[in-house]
Formats: sequence, structure tokens, C-alpha cells
Amino acid sequence: MDIKEYIESGVLELYVAGSLTEEENKKVYENLLLYPELMQEVKNIESKVTSLTAAVAPDEKEYSFKRLLMKMVDESARKAKVVPLQSKSSNLIQYTGWAASLVIGMFLFYTVSQNTEVQNQLDYTVSQNNELQTTLAQAKSDLTNKENILSNIRFKDIVTVPLQGQKVSPESYAKVYWNKGKNKIFIDVQGLPDPPEGKVYQLWSLKLNPLTPTSLGVLDTFIADGDKIFEITNTNASEAFGITLEPEGGSESPTLEQLYTLGAV
Amino acid sequence: MDETELLVKKLQEKDVYAFEKLHEMYQDSVTGIAFNIVRDQELAEEITQDVFMKVWNNAASYSSSKGRFFTWILNITRNTAIDRTRLKAFSKKNKNLEVENFVDILEDSTNLEKRTNGIGIKDFVNKLADQCKKLIELIYFRGYTQKEVSETLEMPLGTVKTRNRNCLRELKIKLE
Repeated sequence: MDIKEYIESGVLELYVAGSLTEEENKKVYENLLLYPELMQEVKNIESKVTSLTAAVAPDEKEYSFKRLLMKMVDESARKAKVVPLQSKSSNLIQYTGWAASLVIGMFLFYTVSQNTEVQNQLDYTVSQNNELQTTLAQAKSDLTNKENILSNIRFKDIVTVPLQGQKVSPESYAKVYWNKGKNKIFIDVQGLPDPPEGKVYQLWSLKLNPLTPTSLGVLDTFIADGDKIFEITNTNASEAFGITLEPEGGSESPTLEQLYTLGAV
Repeated sequence: MDETELLVKKLQEKDVYAFEKLHEMYQDSVTGIAFNIVRDQELAEEITQDVFMKVWNNAASYSSSKGRFFTWILNITRNTAIDRTRLKAFSKKNKNLEVENFVDILEDSTNLEKRTNGIGIKDFVNKLADQCKKLIELIYFRGYTQKEVSETLEMPLGTVKTRNRNCLRELKIKLE
């Protein structure tokens, strides 16, 4: 069979319309099963006719699938009530009863599953929302924190003390911002490597003549801290600042072999 | 088996999800055909409801060997809509429907503004030859047989097929 010629004859268009005689219809069906190209053409025609006929439907419709189901429930309930009055056949009563309950059941099932789906979507949205709220709160507090640090560092009476890397770690560096009026320092330790397990960095205030170290505390949250800037109270008349690596908990006096950075005021 | 065939099979097993899917696929076509015949939106929607109730109740009687599922629905729709026009109340209200066809609906400008589906279609439906409009109306919207079309339009039987194909091909550009 010449497929192209067959398609060109226009018989498939009439097949989709349902305009052929029963005999012609049967023949087309047999050919469709034999030639996939014909089946594809039928589907193309069908989709075209579907669009065309759909375009004629009014756009603003009251109609919906839900309404249809409700009508179906109504109808079967009505039948279930009316039929027994007209008929003595108990089979029929049973049948319509079953039919009614089937449709009602189907409707309920549909409604419940629709509801579940909506509920799931809602739950998901709520949890997403919560997540976003948390992220937002986190971001806000981070921002406040950073703004706070920045405004402190920019304060005009701040003394800036760069700390240089020492023998054990020449690459290291740190910076102290000292607000003498408020007895506060901010130390930026971004330039230090993460301390090995069981060790912490300890910050010292130093007096040079004679060399007197005073501990300003351990940076025990070094790894967890995101911006690596710590705020520490300092009431000393410091002449220099140093950072050493010490065993967990810190030491009474600095282990000078583990002096990472040092800087004079 | 493609998706539509699978849905039809499930519909025949009374699967309400498959019913909803098929309903979604064809409801506008059903309403369109019905609206073109009765020219009343409320009535067209009532007919759509009736059609799908029949589809649900009689799905078991459909067989692909008799034709496309879409064609089956088209037939139910036309018959249901034409039955409605035979009711007494209807014929009084709408007397001169015979002269109208689906193109009027698409050309009705006040209607068209609201009609998202129809906007792209209007232009090239207008360009169709009058004979094409008549052919498409009779074949797809009214469900005339090839023979009936041939008699109504005084056109040789074989010409109906090829002419209709050419007319539909004109629509191809924008519908796909």
C-alpha cells in the first residue's frame, strides 16, 4: 500500500470525524494497526480537531470536574430513591443502591485524596516558609553582628595593631583593633591556620620592660566562628599583643616556642 | 499502548483519576461542539455534564476497533446536543440556528476578547474559503457522514475527502 497516497486521500480526517461507513471504518482501523505512520497521522489530525473544537467553547465557564462528580452523586442518589417505588424487583433496588454507593464512594475518595494532596502541599509550604524565616533571622543577626564589628573598627579612637607571623608560622598574621576608651579589643584572626585538635589559640597582652604577659583569654570557638573576629575586654596598658598555641583550656603563661603572631602597639 | 489508550483502559475499570484526565483533555471540545449547536453557554455546560456522565456509565461499551475514543465522545456530544434542540422549549427560543456555523462564534468579537483559545485561530479561520468553513462545520461539528456532506454541498463523494483534508491542512499552521 502507498502510505503517502493513503494519507493524501483524506480518509483519515473523515475517520477521526466519524463520517465513514462502518465498513470503511473497519478497513482504516486494520490499516492503523499495520502502519504506525498512519496511526501518527490520525493522532495529529485528532489533536488539531481537539484544538479547533475547544476554541469554540466559551472561556468563562462555571463548569468543572467537581461539579460533574457532584451531579453524578446527586443523580444516583435520586435514582436510588425513585426506582424502588416504581419497581418491585429487589435486584434492581440492590443494584441502584450499590451504584449510588459506588459513585458516592468514588466522590468521597476523590475529595479526600484531593484534600490530602492540598494538605501535603500546604505542609510543605509551611515548612519551607519556616526554613526561610530561620535563614532570614540568621542573616539578620549575622548582619547586625557584622555592622557592630564594622562600626567598632571604624571608631576614630581605635588603635590598630598588626601582628606578624613568627618562627613557627611565618605565614600567619592577625590584627588587633583596640578601643582604649572602652577597654575593648577586636582581634581579627582570619590569617591563622585552624588549631590542631586538643590545642587552642591564646591571646596575650604584653608589657615589654620587663616582659610581662597577661592572658586575655583563649579563642576556643576559633573553628566554629565564621568571621574569625573576637571581641575581648582589655583593661591592661598593653604594649604588645601576642598569640600562642596552647593545650586546651589555655595556660598560665605563654609557651613561647608556640608563638604564632606578635605585634607591638 | 500510548497514554490516552491507557487512560481509556483505566476509565473502563472505573478509575476516577483516569476519568478526570480524559475529562480535562476533552471537556473544552465537548463544550465547544455543544455550544456551536445550542448557542447557549449554560445549556452547553449542562450538555457537557450529560456527555461525561454517559462516558463514565458507558465506557465499557467503547472499543478501539470501532474508532477513536475522541470520535466516540464527539458522537455522544453531537447526539446529546441535538436531542436538546428537539425539546419544545429550545426550538421556540432559537429559531434561526440553521444558518449559523462555528465560524460565527470565533468571529464574534465581543466573545473573542475573553477567548484565549480562539484568538490565534480567528485570523486563519477567516481566511478559509467558505466551502472549507461549511465542510468543517458539517463534518466535525455536526457529524455528517461523507454521503450526507456530499448531498448537502452537492459535491462528489470522493471530493469530500480530499477537499476536507486540504481545508484542515490550512488550519495546520497555527493550531500546532
